[in-house]
Amino acid sequence: MLEPILVQLQNPNTQWVLLGTMLLGITSGVVGSFTLLRKQSLIGDAMAHAALPGVCIAFLLYGSKSLLWFLIGAAIAALISSFIIQVIINHSRIKEDSALGIIISVFFGFGIVLLTYIQHNGSGNQSGLDDFIFGQAASMVAADVQLITIISLIILVITAIFYKEFKLLTFDPQFAKGLGIPVSFFNGLLLLLIVCSVVIGLQTVGVILMAAMLITPAISARYWTDKLSHMIIISGLIGGLSGIAGTLLSTIMKGMATGPLIIIAATFMFLISLIFAPNRGLLAKALKQLSLRKKTSVDQVFLSIYDIAEGGTLRGIKDEAILKKRNVPLRLFQYSKNELNKKGFIQKEANNTWMLTDKGIEAGYELVLQQRLFEMYLMHEMEFAHLDLKTRDDLNLQHISKDTKEHLLKLLRTHNRSPLLIPRSASVRNRRLMV
Amino acid sequence: MSYDAWIIVTGSLVGITCAMIGCFLVLRKMAMLADAISHTVLLGIVGGYLVSRSLDGPALLIGAVVVGLLTALLVQVLNGKGVQADAAIGIVFTSLFAVGVVLLSLFAGNIHLDVDHALMGEITFIPWDTVEMYGMELGPKAVWLLSFVFIVNLLIIIFFYKEFKISSFDPEMAVAIGIPVLFIHYLQMGMLSITTVASFDSVGAILVVAMLIVPASTAYLLTDKLLNMLFISAGIGVFAAVSGYYVATLLNVSIAGAMASSTGVLFAIAFLFSPKHGIIAKKRAQKNLRKAANAPTMTM
Repeated sequence: MLEPILVQLQNPNTQWVLLGTMLLGITSGVVGSFTLLRKQSLIGDAMAHAALPGVCIAFLLYGSKSLLWFLIGAAIAALISSFIIQVIINHSRIKEDSALGIIISVFFGFGIVLLTYIQHNGSGNQSGLDDFIFGQAASMVAADVQLITIISLIILVITAIFYKEFKLLTFDPQFAKGLGIPVSFFNGLLLLLIVCSVVIGLQTVGVILMAAMLITPAISARYWTDKLSHMIIISGLIGGLSGIAGTLLSTIMKGMATGPLIIIAATFMFLISLIFAPNRGLLAKALKQLSLRKKTSVDQVFLSIYDIAEGGTLRGIKDEAILKKRNVPLRLFQYSKNELNKKGFIQKEANNTWMLTDKGIEAGYELVLQQRLFEMYLMHEMEFAHLDLKTRDDLNLQHISKDTKEHLLKLLRTHNRSPLLIPRSASVRNRRLMV
Repeated sequence: MSYDAWIIVTGSLVGITCAMIGCFLVLRKMAMLADAISHTVLLGIVGGYLVSRSLDGPALLIGAVVVGLLTALLVQVLNGKGVQADAAIGIVFTSLFAVGVVLLSLFAGNIHLDVDHALMGEITFIPWDTVEMYGMELGPKAVWLLSFVFIVNLLIIIFFYKEFKISSFDPEMAVAIGIPVLFIHYLQMGMLSITTVASFDSVGAILVVAMLIVPASTAYLLTDKLLNMLFISAGIGVFAAVSGYYVATLLNVSIAGAMASSTGVLFAIAFLFSPKHGIIAKKRAQKNLRKAANAPTMTM
């Protein structure tokens, strides 16, 4: 597997192609970050499909194959398509998704008409136009790659220069307008950047799958970070890596179009990000959920034990009694008891029952007080609306005002819910305040 | 029937079948999901072929329906996991389509299924691929398949008309009065998949998308009633198929492409000249309004 790749790497043509696909991946990853955050992902798809008639018309006008003219034709067609999409959305009851679908299918259908027209009636060498549908990186020559390189660099430089403006435009267009940034100019510029990155991808990835180059690296990068600058860098990296991986795969698998392989490589990286990214990844989320469940069940069991002990029986607390108070899945119940035992809050007695220790009373008092105050808050939420609590853990007695605290404690007494097992360490003065 | 007639019948059947289901997609703002499914069906067809090793029989249909539903499901799952809707559609359809293309060139390279075919269809060969029974020629296979799908779709729409209507226009109310909205959603996705795969072989993925979305959108500009929209979009589908065919034979170009372009022309006409929702009607209404506002008010 490795040897044919190494052999291929020595080939100057392969080196050119690799450079081209890598730059394409980086550029579309960078530009894609903006389009993703601006929820314009599928516009890239529409532009790519719409580029096909542009390429064909450029061929009909110019008369032979020339990447530069193809790119110009594609760019003009893509701009026209995005303009028509806007017109349809703004001036009729047709919604965005239908407008995109109309443009994609009609422009592409028209492109196919032109393609077959060229094939049947055209003179000269028209082979290679089909390559634009699925992309054929192998057909790139050094001059093509140089052109792609120049365009990519221009895109990257423009993005770097206007990074701040684009960032504002993406996250808060109203604010950008307020600051006096020419919003419509930068919207147009960004659109132009999308068009350019779509256009340079046509030859390697093809019109159908080009959308993925804008979407997949960007959405993968979104999993790893919350910062735009980091996201752009990661997205560029993922795009570049997928470009390289796809091209290498297609050089060792004869007759395979490059586009689909690049997309598969990018999708693979997306799946890795989806599952393994810290914080936002599925695995991290599942772990977080699991630890939350564990913590909650420990709290539940502890609250139940305290409730039972409050009734006067510090010793001889049975499992069934605890579960009867608040039901917890058996596996989590075992875990919770072990956990509480380890912390020294409860102690096992001879006949498989439990007792609450002094340390347990101390910690349990805090927990129960917080829990019951939170219950009071929920019962009288309208009176304490300013606290705006979501969960019990948001309730921090140190942070709420004295009046509110007094009010909550009074409610606790009225409803006869004051915790009765008071820890020994609490001073007399403190006790009065607490209860 | 003559060669031309069979092609026109095939195209018209595609037009009617796609337009009917397309109306619900356009109303439910799921046009891009239709685009996605019409691409991923390729994977279903390749998968069905690899399992059954034949291009006939129900394997391809089953494969297509499975992958179509899988596409809808994956989009929904990714959306639920926090991927925004448009990006979810983009990722799912490109990746499944790419896998389909790769499998096609890896394992099925020597069969009559190829990628260009999948995109553009081979409507010109339809009339020769006929069903024969007891020595009698019963017409092209594609026509039989499309008629079957058309009747299934028609029956489903008639049977669930009320449910479809309410869940298209007012999903919240549909949930409130106990319509199984999720079931309706996947039912429509299933209909979409079999429609796509039946049309796929004759007209290719691109024309399927065009026939699904464009006639329905055009009809949406022309009427405000669902029943009328269904009939108008079917009519537009047929008209686009017939006119597309004649333009294509005249210019010697791809029939599927010409049919798609022709739907686009019809849409543009409706967009400009629709009596109620067209640009010109709107401009005129604005002008009248301005005139009325500027006219000297009557003195009391």
